[in-house]
Amino acid sequence: MIIGKSIPRIDARDKATGRIRYTDDLCDKGALIAKIKHANVAHAYVKSVDTSEAEKIPGVVKVVTCFDVPDFRFPTAGHPWSTDPEHQDVCDRLLLTKHVRYYGDDVAAVVAEDEVAAARAVDAIKVEYEELPFVLDVQEAMKDGAPLLHEEYPNNVLRHTSMRKGNYEEAIKEPGLIKVEGWYDTPTVQHCHIENFICFASRENEKIVVVTSTQIPHIVRRVVGQALGIPWGQVRVIKPYIGGGFGNKQDVLYEPLCAYLSLQVGGRLVKLDCSREETFRNNRVRHAIRSHIVTYCRKDGTLVARKLECFSNQGAYASHGHAIAAKGAGAFPQLYPCENVEVDAWTVFTNRQVAGAMRSYGMAQADFAVESHSDDICRVIGMDPMEFRRKNLMPKGYVDAFSKNELYADTFNQCLDKGAAYIDYDRKFKEYQNQTGPIRRGIGFAPFWYNTAVWPIALETASCRMIVNQDGSIQVQVGDTEIGQGADTAFSQMAAETIGVPFDMVHILSCQDTDVTPFGTGAYASRQTYVTGFAIRDCAEHLKDRILDIAYRYTRMQPYLMDIQDGNIIRATDGRVLMSLGDLALQALYDTENSVHITMERTAQAKSNAYSFGCCFAEVEVDIPMCRVKLLNIINVHDCGRLINPALAAAQVEGGMSMGIGYALSEKMIYDEKTGKLLNGNLLDYKLSTFMDHPHLEAQFVENPEPTSAYGTKALGEPPVVPVAPAIRAAIRQATGVALNELPMDPHLLFRRFKEEHLI
Amino acid sequence: MYDIKAIYEAKSVEHAVQLRMEHPEAVIIAGGSDVLIKIREGRLAGCELISIYGLDEMRGIRKEEDGTIRIGSLTSFSHIHADPLIQKHISVLGDAVNMVGGPQIRAIGTIGGNTCNGVTSADSASTLFAYDAVLEITGPEGVRLCPISEFYLGPGKVDLREGELETAVLIRKESYSGYKGCYLKYGMRNAMEIATTGCSVNVKLSQDKKVLKDLRIAYGVAGPVPRRAKVTEDAVRGSEVSPETRARIGELVLEDVNPRDSWRAAKDFRLHLCSTMAMRAFTQAVRKAGGEIDD
Repeated sequence: MIIGKSIPRIDARDKATGRIRYTDDLCDKGALIAKIKHANVAHAYVKSVDTSEAEKIPGVVKVVTCFDVPDFRFPTAGHPWSTDPEHQDVCDRLLLTKHVRYYGDDVAAVVAEDEVAAARAVDAIKVEYEELPFVLDVQEAMKDGAPLLHEEYPNNVLRHTSMRKGNYEEAIKEPGLIKVEGWYDTPTVQHCHIENFICFASRENEKIVVVTSTQIPHIVRRVVGQALGIPWGQVRVIKPYIGGGFGNKQDVLYEPLCAYLSLQVGGRLVKLDCSREETFRNNRVRHAIRSHIVTYCRKDGTLVARKLECFSNQGAYASHGHAIAAKGAGAFPQLYPCENVEVDAWTVFTNRQVAGAMRSYGMAQADFAVESHSDDICRVIGMDPMEFRRKNLMPKGYVDAFSKNELYADTFNQCLDKGAAYIDYDRKFKEYQNQTGPIRRGIGFAPFWYNTAVWPIALETASCRMIVNQDGSIQVQVGDTEIGQGADTAFSQMAAETIGVPFDMVHILSCQDTDVTPFGTGAYASRQTYVTGFAIRDCAEHLKDRILDIAYRYTRMQPYLMDIQDGNIIRATDGRVLMSLGDLALQALYDTENSVHITMERTAQAKSNAYSFGCCFAEVEVDIPMCRVKLLNIINVHDCGRLINPALAAAQVEGGMSMGIGYALSEKMIYDEKTGKLLNGNLLDYKLSTFMDHPHLEAQFVENPEPTSAYGTKALGEPPVVPVAPAIRAAIRQATGVALNELPMDPHLLFRRFKEEHLI
Repeated sequence: MYDIKAIYEAKSVEHAVQLRMEHPEAVIIAGGSDVLIKIREGRLAGCELISIYGLDEMRGIRKEEDGTIRIGSLTSFSHIHADPLIQKHISVLGDAVNMVGGPQIRAIGTIGGNTCNGVTSADSASTLFAYDAVLEITGPEGVRLCPISEFYLGPGKVDLREGELETAVLIRKESYSGYKGCYLKYGMRNAMEIATTGCSVNVKLSQDKKVLKDLRIAYGVAGPVPRRAKVTEDAVRGSEVSPETRARIGELVLEDVNPRDSWRAAKDFRLHLCSTMAMRAFTQAVRKAGGEIDD
C-alpha cells in the first residue's frame, strides 16, 4: 500500500535546499520592469493623466494610462467558464480604469529598464481626479443615495439570494419559545502567502507567453485572451513552483496587464512583481461578512425556526462575487437542520479592497457567526454546549436535497469525542466555571462542515495524462496545480497505487504549461484529491488495461489473468512475475514489428460532492487587565475520509489552524474613514500571527472513507481554518463571561468589551 | 533594488565625522534595519548614505575604571542580550533589546541606530531612560556627553549636530548599582512587533527590602518621545513596598504620560496600559530586588 503512508513530499528536498525555482528565479535578469500607478483617492473619475515628466526619466521605455487601454471588459474569478451567459462571471474589469473604485485602483503603468526608473516614473505621473463620495460599510452601501460603484448594480447589490423552508412566521407563534438574536461581524483579511504575486510576459512568434505565480493556469489563459481580445490559443501560460496562494492566486491578477504591456513594447520581456504592499492593497482579500441570526427554540434546545441575513462586503469589483456569501448561507440550514428557515444573503460593492477567494470560501465567516450563535443559545437557555451540539447537529443519514450529499457516519460525535479526550474537555470545562481574579482560563469548541468541491453549482472537471517511459516509470500530468499544499505527492501516491508501481516510479510534472499540460481548472476549493482523484484513477485504470493488453503480446497470457504489482507484470492466478514493466515498455517501444509508446489521457467529470467534517477545541488564559488572550492548547479533529498521506494531512491542518488563530485573535485590515485608504497594508502593521503566538498545534483525524470518492477522500485543504475562531471565542466567553461578536478578538476589542462589562 | 544616490564608507570615527562634514545631507547607515525601510518606502529614496557599519571600534561592551558600562553604538541587540556584563549589571536592558523584532533584526540592528532613529517606540530607549544613560557623541570638536533625556528633540529628531555621530551609550555605576528592573513590552503579537507601549521600571530597596529607596519609571510610546514618570517617582520615593504603593503608582503615572490616539491604539487603551504595565513592572522589579509584594 502506498496510499496511507507518510511519504516525504516529492519537492521537500529541493525546497529545503533552495534548488526549487520560483517565478522570479526563472525570469531573465534583462527583463523590463513594470510598475503600476495606483490612485490615491477612494472613488473618482480620472480627468487627465500627465505622463510628460515620467517619460523624461532615463530608463523609462513606455507609459500607458487608462485612456490608452482597449475596451475589453473581462472577469477575474478563477471559476470554470460557463457557456451559458447567465452563469458567467461578472465582466467588470479593464486593464486600467478611468473610474477609480478603491484607494489604490490602477490608473496607469510604466515599463522601464530597472526598478528605480520605474518607481521614479510612477511618482512623476500626475493624475487629475474628479472626486466622488465613497462608502466602506456594507450596509451603508445598500442605502438609497449611497455612492454607486457600478451603474448596472442599483444600491451596489451585486446579488441577493433567498432560501425559504417551512413557514418561519407561523412557527414562531408557538407559545413558550425562547428567542435568541445576534449580530456577528468578521473582518477583511489577506492571505499573506510568502511569495507575492509575480508574473512576466513576452511574445514568442505570434503567441504571448505568460509565466505566473497562479493556482489556475488554464483559467489565466482564457482571461488573458478575453482581456486582450485575442484567441485563447494564442496565449500560453506557465505555472512554476508557487510560494502559496490560499485563494488569492485563484484569481487572475495582473497577468493580462503584464501581457498587454509586453505587447506595447514590441513583445519584449516585461516583469510585473507585486510588492507586499500591493499584495495587500491590489490583490484580493477575504470578504468581511456581517451576519444577523435569529433562533426560536424550546427550553430543551429544540430548534423551531431560524433566520439568517448576511451582508458580504465585495469591495470594488466582482471577482468571485456572491459565491462566497452563498456558500455560507447554503450551509446554514444544513449544519443544524431545522424545519422552518429563512436565509437571505447579499453581496454588496463598496470602495474597499476587492474580495475574492480565500481558504474556506465564506465558511470561516459563516462558522464564526453560526457557532457563536450556538454558544449564545446555550447561554440563554442554560444548556450545556456539548449537549446542544450532540442534540442538534446534522445527524448520520442526513441527505441534502440539492447536492445529494450525504452524511454516512456518526462523524460529528466521533470528532467531538476525540477532541474532548485530547484536551481533557469535560474536567476543564467544570473546573473553569465561575472564576474570579485578573487571570482566568476557559475552554471551548466549535464544529464545522465543509463541502469538498463545487458540484452541482459549477462544473467539476479534471484531466490526467500518463506516459510510460522506456524504463517503465510513469509520467503523470494533470492540469490541477501544486501550490505548496502537497497535491503532487498525493497525486503520485494515487497513481502508483492504482497502476501498481513503486512510488519512485511515478514522475509528476509539477509545473503546468497550458501548451503541454492537459486541461484542469486548477487548485481551489478543497477539491483536488476528490476531483483530480477521479481523473487519476480513471487514467491509471485505463493505462493499466492498456499495459496488460500490450503485455499479452510478450507473455501470451490473457490480460484478465495478469496484474501489475510493484512494477512487475504478474500472473494473477499464481503471483508469478512474468516481466518487469520496464522490460515491457522497452520492448513495446523498440518492437520492430509494432512499436507502441504507451500513453493514456482521460478527462473525468465529477457529478457528486462530499461533506467533510470536524471540530476545534481551544483552551485559553485571559489576562483581563492586560486585555490579552493566550492560547494554551488547541486541537483540530477532521474527518476528511481516507488519508492519502497522514503527515501531509497533518501539515495542512496545522497551517489552517495557524491561519484560523490569526483570524481569531489578531488579523484585520484597517481603513481610514476619512480617505478610504488602507492603513495597515504591510506585514508590520497587519498582525499576522507568528509562531511565537502559537501553542503546539494538534491535528487528529477520524477516517470514514467517503463512498463517492475515487480514493475515499474529501475536503481537507480549507476546512482547518473554519472552526478555530468560534472555538476560541467560546473559550474566552467561558473564562470571562464576555461574548465577543466580532473578529479579531484582539486587545482593542477586549479593552472595549471588558470596559463595557465592567471587568476593568 | 534600492534608490540610493551614493554611499560613502567610513574608515574610522574621524573619517565618519569628516564625511558628515563633506556630505551634510547624507544619512548615516549602520545595520540598516530602519534606513533601508525608509528608502524602500520612498521616504529616503534617492538619498546619500554614510556607512559606519565597518567601524569595529564602535562595537562591544566594556566596564570602565569608574564602573561605567560603555556600550559601543554599533553593538547589536543580540550581542547586548548575550553580553555577561549586561547580564550581570543591567539584565533588564538585555531583556528589552531581546524583544526587538525577530532574530534577524536583532542580529543586524544596533543600539546606536535604535536611539538615533529618534522614535518613541524603540525597545532600548525606555530602559536607557530608566537608567539615566548618557550618550557619547563625537564630532568635529571632539567628544561631548549628552544625557539621553536631552537627546530626543521630537519624533524622529535627535540632538546630533553638524558632523556628529553617536559613538557610545554609557551607563554610570550610580545608575545601575543596587537597582533591579523590569521592562514590559506591549504588542499585538509576541514577535515581529513594535511596542504599542513599553514600560521600564527599576527599583532600589532598603536593606530590609521594605522601603522603596528609589524608583525610576520610563515609557516608550506614552508621548512623542520616550519619557520618565517624574511626578510618580517623586511622589512614591521612600514609600513602603506594598500593594497600596503600587496602586498609587498606577494612578499617578496617568499624570506623567500623554499617549496619542491613533489607529494603532486608542488613547484610552494606551492610558489603561500605561497604568497596568507600571504596576506589573513594579511588582516584578521589586521581586527581582528581593522584596515581597502580593499580586
